[in-house]
Amino acid sequence: MSRARSSLPRSVAMHAALILYTIIAVAPVLIIIINSFKDRRAIFSSPLSLPGPNSFSLVGYHAVFAQGSFVTYFENSLIVTVVSIALVLVFGAMAAFALSEYRFRGNMLMGLYLALGIMIPIRLGTIAILKLMVATHLVDTLTALILVYTAQGLPLAIFILSEFMHGVSDDLKNAGRIDGLSEYRIFFRLVLPLIRPAMATVAVFTMIPIWNDLWFPLILAPSEATKTVTLGAQMFLGQFVTNWNAVLSALSLAILPVLILYLIFSRQLIRGITSGAVK
Amino acid sequence: MGSLTLTNIRKSFGQVDVLKGIDLAVEDGEFVIFVGPSGCGKSTLLRVIAGLEDATSGSVKIDGKEVSNVPPAKRGIAMVFQSYALYPHLSVRDNMGLGLKQAGAPATDIAKRVEAASTMLSLEDYLGRRPAELSGGQRQRVAIGRAIVREPKLFLFDEPLSNLDAALRVNTRIEIARLHRKLKSTMIYVTHDQVEAMTLANRIVVLNKGVVEQVGSPMELYNRPANLFVAGFIGSPQMNFIDAGKLGESGAKTIGIRPEHISVSAEAGPWKGSVTHAEHLGADTILYVETEKLGLVTVRLFGEHRFHDDDVVFLTPDTAKTYRFDQGGRVIGS
Ligand SMILES: Nc1ncnc2c1ncn2[C@@H]1O[C@H](COP(=O)(O)OP(=O)(O)OP(=O)(O)O)[C@@H](O)[C@H]1O
Ligand SMILES: [Mg+2]
Repeated sequence: MSRARSSLPRSVAMHAALILYTIIAVAPVLIIIINSFKDRRAIFSSPLSLPGPNSFSLVGYHAVFAQGSFVTYFENSLIVTVVSIALVLVFGAMAAFALSEYRFRGNMLMGLYLALGIMIPIRLGTIAILKLMVATHLVDTLTALILVYTAQGLPLAIFILSEFMHGVSDDLKNAGRIDGLSEYRIFFRLVLPLIRPAMATVAVFTMIPIWNDLWFPLILAPSEATKTVTLGAQMFLGQFVTNWNAVLSALSLAILPVLILYLIFSRQLIRGITSGAVK
Repeated sequence: MGSLTLTNIRKSFGQVDVLKGIDLAVEDGEFVIFVGPSGCGKSTLLRVIAGLEDATSGSVKIDGKEVSNVPPAKRGIAMVFQSYALYPHLSVRDNMGLGLKQAGAPATDIAKRVEAASTMLSLEDYLGRRPAELSGGQRQRVAIGRAIVREPKLFLFDEPLSNLDAALRVNTRIEIARLHRKLKSTMIYVTHDQVEAMTLANRIVVLNKGVVEQVGSPMELYNRPANLFVAGFIGSPQMNFIDAGKLGESGAKTIGIRPEHISVSAEAGPWKGSVTHAEHLGADTILYVETEKLGLVTVRLFGEHRFHDDDVVFLTPDTAKTYRFDQGGRVIGS
């Protein structure tokens, strides 16, 4: 940052605002993680204190892992999330490329139609989706979830990616055509690497709602073999007693994979935010 | 090998007609330059020739063969783009070799041709680098090298020098001229720059709003412009256009006279005026003279002259070198 534009009071105010926001955003997560390492009494008597020698306990984690199928839930969540992101990225990028690169009849309408999904929540169609899944015998399969999440993620992906595709130089694509590259090679080798930051952005935006979703797993795949983590954590929330240790431990564990995925994407993401700054 | 024939090329984007029937024949080995104001369709025409854009109607023949259904890579052309358009993820060597590799040429062949092209453009030291690690001038040379390596029948250049600074522009211009003499291939070149057009071209095609205004050698266009547009477009500073009525001429609408064909004297001459602005360039002096009867007239004098703002001067046109234009802007007589 240039000297001229950063005065001390301004940067103090800026940092104060950012720190405040960070605290607000991180505090709930932190409290969950802290309490997951305490025994039940300590959770309720002093929820904000760190686990001490007296209150430290791994009973929640024991409960989670004793509940044998929790690893399966994790697997399910990961499979559903990763496969959905992959499909959203591949199909989203392809659709965006077609929409921004080729002039064809109904191009505009098609783009609008695909973007409509951003405004209409997919949950409105739950009943129809359920009927469809029943008819195609996909209920209680991960495929059902993957299909729904792919559909849910595509509109935003296409919208964001086509904006970025417009920005890729026509000359570069044309140079590829003159050199005899196929449209697929132009797409995969020339265009995709250039919009990698946008892809990372889309991946993050797509990932979080999928990982956190409770609705569709509950409706489409509630069986033991296909439960996801968020759904699995619900079983510790009983009607009469809730095993808070286990719930908090399960939630803490559920944060880990998203965190890892996020770290993978965020290196690209930061590059995306700052790209264009230096031209 | 390498002739090009365009017959009645039309191109519309939706309702907008960008090219309105272009006819042109380019002979083998010619250096033809397209000039015209921004948005007149030069790049579009080049893309149609390359096959990157389909013409709405009309035919493109390369070497006498209709190529409307031939993909760009198979037309025997190479194109150099204004923005270089190098592949960012490939080294200079691979950038140059990719076209041949796609065409299935043997690796030794590719290496040999890349070698030859890089020597020609003094790029040997940079073959291992990525485009991001090159300067603008080097990138443009790589882009030209990529075209040379393909040994095309027809080179297409779309404003290849416009992103370079003035000094580099002159150098690269000379390099391109040398390249043309050496390779003897047909070249089609789009530019905004008059000097490039006048110095490089065998023939210049002046385009305006999607039609060809005139085709001719640089000196033909300078000495015998067919109409007002070409007269105004070729030559710098621009030709003076004077309302014929003010000069008492009948039978013409507009009289044109180039700034370099007017002489200036401090004592006497037919057109009296005062200098509103003087530009001293060393080799040239450009005067903008507000005349009493004819409005603003630009004069170009060779060498240094001591005229300053508000000096009263008298202008004498070289009547043998004036142009007469009719109502429709076409040149009369001669
Ligand atoms: N893909 C397109 N869709 C719609 N209109 C277009 C398209 N490409 C070009 N045009 C229009 O066609 C006209 C000619 O464009 P072109 O790029 O050929 O101009 P040009 O002569 O190369 O101009 P410049 O000297 O500025 O490069 C312009 O008015 C432009 O707006
Ligand atoms: Mg252009």
